[in-house]
Amino acid sequence: MNEIKIKQVLSEGVKDFVVESPVIAKKRKAGQFVIVRINEDGERIPLTIVDSDPKGGTIRLIFQEVGKTTCAMGELEEGDSILDVVGPLGKATHVEKIGTVVCVGGGIGVAPVYPIAKAMKEAGNKIISVIGARNKDLLILEQEMADISDQILVTTDDGSYGRHGFVTDAIQQLIDDGVKIDLVLAIGPVVMMRAVSNLTKKYNVPTQVSLNSIMVDGTGMCGGCRVSIGDKTKFVCVDGPEFDGHLVNYEELMLRQKAYLPQERKSHKNHKCRMEGME
Amino acid sequence: MTESPTTGKPGPNKKAGKRNKPKKPKVPRQAMPEQAPEIRRNNFKEVPFGYPIDTAVIEANRCIQCKKPKCVDGCPVGIDIPGFIKAIAERDFEKSIRIMKEANALPAICGRVCPQEEQCEIVCVTGIKGEPVAIGRLERFIADWERDSGNVSIPDIPDPTGRRVAVVGAGPAGLTVAGELALKGHKVKIFEALHKPGGVLIYGIPEFRLPKSIVMAEVDYVKKLGVEIEYNAIIGKYYTVEELLTEEGYHSVFIGTGAGLPYFMNIPGENLNGVYSANEYLTRSNLMRAYDFPNADTPIAMSKKVAVIGGGNVAMDAARTALRLGAEDVYLVYRRAREQMPARDEEIHHADEEGIQFNLLTNPISINGDEEGWVKSMTCLRMELGEPDASGRQRPVPVEGSEFDLEVDTVIVSIGNGANPLLPEATPALDTNKWGNIIADDKTGLTSMKGVYAGGDIVIGAATVILAMGAGKEAAEAMHEYIMSIDV
Ligand SMILES: Cc1cc2nc3c(=O)[nH]c(=O)nc-3n(C[C@H](O)[C@H](O)[C@H](O)COP(=O)(O)OP(=O)(O)OC[C@H]3O[C@@H](n4cnc5c(N)ncnc54)[C@H](O)[C@@H]3O)c2cc1C
Ligand SMILES: Cc1cc2nc3c(=O)[nH]c(=O)nc-3n(C[C@H](O)[C@H](O)[C@H](O)COP(=O)(O)OP(=O)(O)OC[C@H]3O[C@@H](n4cnc5c(N)ncnc54)[C@H](O)[C@@H]3O)c2cc1C
Ligand code: SF4
Ligand code: SF4
Ligand code: FES
Repeated sequence: MNEIKIKQVLSEGVKDFVVESPVIAKKRKAGQFVIVRINEDGERIPLTIVDSDPKGGTIRLIFQEVGKTTCAMGELEEGDSILDVVGPLGKATHVEKIGTVVCVGGGIGVAPVYPIAKAMKEAGNKIISVIGARNKDLLILEQEMADISDQILVTTDDGSYGRHGFVTDAIQQLIDDGVKIDLVLAIGPVVMMRAVSNLTKKYNVPTQVSLNSIMVDGTGMCGGCRVSIGDKTKFVCVDGPEFDGHLVNYEELMLRQKAYLPQERKSHKNHKCRMEGME
Repeated sequence: MTESPTTGKPGPNKKAGKRNKPKKPKVPRQAMPEQAPEIRRNNFKEVPFGYPIDTAVIEANRCIQCKKPKCVDGCPVGIDIPGFIKAIAERDFEKSIRIMKEANALPAICGRVCPQEEQCEIVCVTGIKGEPVAIGRLERFIADWERDSGNVSIPDIPDPTGRRVAVVGAGPAGLTVAGELALKGHKVKIFEALHKPGGVLIYGIPEFRLPKSIVMAEVDYVKKLGVEIEYNAIIGKYYTVEELLTEEGYHSVFIGTGAGLPYFMNIPGENLNGVYSANEYLTRSNLMRAYDFPNADTPIAMSKKVAVIGGGNVAMDAARTALRLGAEDVYLVYRRAREQMPARDEEIHHADEEGIQFNLLTNPISINGDEEGWVKSMTCLRMELGEPDASGRQRPVPVEGSEFDLEVDTVIVSIGNGANPLLPEATPALDTNKWGNIIADDKTGLTSMKGVYAGGDIVIGAATVILAMGAGKEAAEAMHEYIMSIDV
């Protein structure tokens, strides 16, 4: 069960796994995720299902090594198994033909945006992808995104590749060029999703973001993943992970993501892989 | 550690015979030895040790073997209480456990967590003048005796009937249904959302009240009856109920998904860091073993001052867990009076002994944070008791101008759980009531879907282990009849 069939390294600290999981491979839809636990002492962590092969019975997971669990998982090899894989969790993306969809991925966020962009493309939408990273080496999935996009814009913070700047600069450019955008889908670090939402709000462009709060069960049982959406509290694992970007309380989400920072450092101390914060 | 003189001679029912002999003192209810409060508040080991054999026999002899035993009516699964107690008195423990298991497959669990004082013991006749027979402790004794003896007997299983049953949820309701139907020769598979079986018994009720090894032993028993369990299988997502009945080829489905949706208070500050639902707090500590961090990877708040909001068993468990995780002060904040707390007396008593500080007639109105988004205090109002409300309890009303701040770094909200909507939402044909509970027949557990039965907390709302098991037994009967009536 849950055997790692293929392992690839996409960039420094970013691993790409194809994992055997026949039922989930058949059931999953764009926007959904799984929760994995790698061993008996392991934590349960959520990862987006990037792709699946229903016939071959596999799902694809791409993750960045940011702490104990993701680093330990990165050390698994082909032929090893992941102890628990639960899913498919979360509400699937609402996919329909609406016109032009701008799919924005920042850093590791390109991985979860890919399946949604792909589904939106298959539904007949025009896809403009905007993907960004801190530098050229950290950029992932460029070719795959290009394959399913009508147009692709790449940005790097340091200008080492593509356009010098942030993904928001590229979106601003599209708006300035008069492109009619029907929906923006943005996934990445919380600061990025906040910046994108602030920008699109000015122009009244509907915007969906996918939130990555800390989770335990992923079934609505613990409430640990809760966030404020407008004046309501929502559970990301069952009500999301996608929400209206203009209603999310990003400040609260950022604080909640740091809830276990001291413990995470402690738990991670002996681990040799480099710590690279999500933000 | 027993308080009683161990005279070994029973006899409140036997007349103190000889005229010139002084009347023999009545044998008091036997106390159960337990860890001292100062010690146990620092460990997760079980609090009571259980009766030694001789003590159990003395206690068993206190039962006067009523012709019309009231106690049996008080037990939701109708255990032959005088029967199993008599066998203990006669030291025929094998017979005792056999009688017990005819009605209750999980006695080691019920003997520990059943609210006996409100069910079988409250109606026990010896309780009228003195103290009732300690039925729950004897139940626990006989179950532990069997487990310790190492030869838990597996009943003969009839030939396979060719019928297949899917059970959703490995809590007490689901485990009971699975065990009963396996005993009738049906092929049963349980689908459980989490990576471990037991439901609340594993993720909710802490080790010091119900050791995990006991839950696992009871689950092993069910597995030995031939029941299969698939973990990490969330029905509604992984398979739908319809798929279980069609593609997956099950003849009937039982839904025992429990009441796992935590309620919050909807007061300001509830999403601050350091605010937990009791479910999350207990799940992190129990299921994910956060008490063993960093050996286990899942973290939990390192709290100094903790407020637990609520007055039920769940609140007691959360408060006592916080203490064991190292908190210096743990406050139980409850808006009614002590007599109105829904928790079992024994739990309140244990919590009190361990040093939980009760803030009764106190209602939180906001949680306040620091710049980093962490809880630093909770603002509360004092309450007083007013007119009785719909539940017959006096309604607490705020005392004007009584606001005060309780300095805390962690708040655990434990004001109740509702029905988790995940499965019903994915199963439109299943009727639910306005609280989201599945509507099922009182007697049979049959839902609005043909061949689909339900029971336990998902039907009646957050209740008790024994009621969940009772519902499981009745549903199993009805399901057996149903599947035997269809051609396969
Ligand atoms: C719906 C969803 C989908 C996600 N998809 C992906 C993905 O496709 N690829 C990817 O690389 N990452 C994804 N993440 C984030 C991923 O779950 C975290 O990076 C991972 O949990 C970090 O665990 P760690 O032990 O390695 O690091 P830690 O050192 O424990 O934590 C690093 C940071 O990760 C976050 N985190 C920690 N524990 C959890 C937890 N149990 N649940 C969620 N977040 C946590 C916290 O913000 C923390 O500060 C997703 C998160 C969510 C909620
Ligand atoms: C902290 C706490 C303390 C308690 N103390 C006591 C006590 O002292 N005495 C007492 O009698 N009662 C007590 N209770 C109540 C008692 O535990 C419950 O009434 C009882 O467990 C209900 O049993 P159940 O089988 O209906 O549900 P649960 O025990 O809740 O089990 C449901 C199971 O179904 C699984 N599940 C849920 N959804 C799905 C799905 N879609 N697919 C697959 N699986 C799913 C869950 O993961 C879980 O394992 C306590 C409850 C709590 C929370
Ligand atoms: S199961 Fe509960 S109610 Fe029944 S006899 Fe045992 S302790 Fe009493
Ligand atoms: S009511 Fe009490 S004394 Fe009578 S049979 Fe039951 S346990 Fe024994
Ligand atoms: S992760 Fe527990 S409710 Fe969402």
